[in-house]
Amino acid sequence: MREDASAPAIQLLGVSQRFGDYVAIQGVNLEARAGEFVAIVGPTGCGKSTLLNIVAGLRPPAEGEVRIFGEALTGLNRQAGYLFQADSLFPWKTALENVMLGLLLRRVHEREARERARIWLAKVGLAGFEDHYPHQLSGGMKKRVALAQVLILRPKILLMDEPFGALDVQTRQLMENELLALWQEDRKTVLFVTHDLEEAIALADRVVVFSAGPASRIVGDFQVELPRPRDVAEVRLTEDFLKIHREIWSLLREEVMRAHAR
Amino acid sequence: MRARVRLLQVLLLLFLVLGWEFSVRLGWVDAFFFSKPSDIAARIAEWFQTGEIYGHLWITLWETLLAFVIGTVFGVVMGLWLALAPTASAVLDPFIKAMNSIPRVILAPIFTLWFGLGVASKVALGVTLVFFVAFFNTYQGIKEVNPVVLANARMLGASGRELLKHVYLPSAASWIFSSLRTSIGFAVIGAVVGEYLGAAKGLGYLISQAEGVFDTTGVFAGMVVLAVFVVLLDWAVSRVEARLLVWRPEPGREGGTV
Ligand SMILES: Nc1ncnc2c1ncn2[C@@H]1O[C@H](COP(=O)(O)OP(=O)(O)OP(=O)(O)O)[C@@H](O)[C@H]1O
Ligand SMILES: [Mg+2]
Repeated sequence: MREDASAPAIQLLGVSQRFGDYVAIQGVNLEARAGEFVAIVGPTGCGKSTLLNIVAGLRPPAEGEVRIFGEALTGLNRQAGYLFQADSLFPWKTALENVMLGLLLRRVHEREARERARIWLAKVGLAGFEDHYPHQLSGGMKKRVALAQVLILRPKILLMDEPFGALDVQTRQLMENELLALWQEDRKTVLFVTHDLEEAIALADRVVVFSAGPASRIVGDFQVELPRPRDVAEVRLTEDFLKIHREIWSLLREEVMRAHAR
Repeated sequence: MRARVRLLQVLLLLFLVLGWEFSVRLGWVDAFFFSKPSDIAARIAEWFQTGEIYGHLWITLWETLLAFVIGTVFGVVMGLWLALAPTASAVLDPFIKAMNSIPRVILAPIFTLWFGLGVASKVALGVTLVFFVAFFNTYQGIKEVNPVVLANARMLGASGRELLKHVYLPSAASWIFSSLRTSIGFAVIGAVVGEYLGAAKGLGYLISQAEGVFDTTGVFAGMVVLAVFVVLLDWAVSRVEARLLVWRPEPGREGGTV
């Protein structure tokens, strides 16, 4: 594969998406450097999941181009791991089997896949739950299994769609810190969708704000210059955090209000 | 709770059986038309003692299993194919609906003509019943695959046969299994109706023979044996189902977490 090391990991050029007559997003230009952690915020229904699906190659855009490491994306994005907004585990596979699957599909030997999956389950704090089926796990545990399922394949790009949305605050902060620690290890390019602005700022290098739909587009792009490594709970209390939060919130609030008014 | 239900079931059965027995003994209803439980029990005991019943049971079981297996395999394969090939499905849809609307009993004489009085004609009849159950359930099961799970499998690198193995088949499995329960019943119906309309052996033949000489005791005894036979088969299928679908949450037991 022809890969340009200096090219941005993700590049969207004039990307639009339609569902029938409904224009979900329009003329989106977005770039993410290799190793960059980009958070995407925006009012509900503005097209954040739609955008991730485009980058994943699950649904090609109606218009515009997607480039992955400089190369035009056709078909599925093989560089990307995708943590879906909805439950995506295989209900008929145990936690371990769920995590192993990607390796088996890459022709890794069963024994080795099993061992590596075990290690990853332990990494996300689920040692001892190998033989549990998804319906026997809590919501947060399922998200961890899904995270291990994706990360075990070491994707260069990680797409995450409100992965911690359904969790309580404590578990959420725990997982956010875990995510940061894992990300620190090999600095993947991350597109992280959330509607929680605090979460976005605490985690990301950059926060991108989408306008309310229809024909949603990017209305703001903010650098987050907070030092790393961060602790998501502590960083929220710093002056810099509050400053940038105020700045982005004034913009985001408008969009949320506009979405609500509809 | 379970014990209570069992107890009530036994009481209900006793009530019905004793009610029947005494209605006949007291002359309220005519034994010629209704027989009576004690006679029926005696007849069944006699069948098993003389060993007369085994040949019939065996042949019906054999026909049932053949129809069940052949019909299910065809149905599942066709269901998979049509669910995954929209054009073929669109083309064949009216044909399948038309065929399914034919009352199968009408086919029995034709099958006898084609396949003779032996096992084959009964199996054919059973297959026409079982096939559609397996087909529709498989088709539905594939159509109801969770699109997010499917997308996840594709992102993890699955394609073609792997999707079938890891997503479509396991996802359709619960539908297919619920079809098995229905199918086994239909396979029995195919076998017994076929025997009833023309055969030299089998439970259906036994019942039709008894009817021919107005032997109501024989008819009821045949029906009881048949009912127990179906219940046992159904139980066997549900055991297999429970083993293969361990991943499913027990319905009603828990709300499930989101
Ligand atoms: N398959 C589809 N068919 C029709 N409309 C769709 C489809 N998928 C998304 N949409 C529409 O596109 C818009 C954007 O949807 P999307 O799921 O991307 O929003 P979102 O930003 O992820 O929202 P949320 O924050 O609630 O997850 C919505 O108005 C939605 O109704
Ligand atoms: Mg979404």
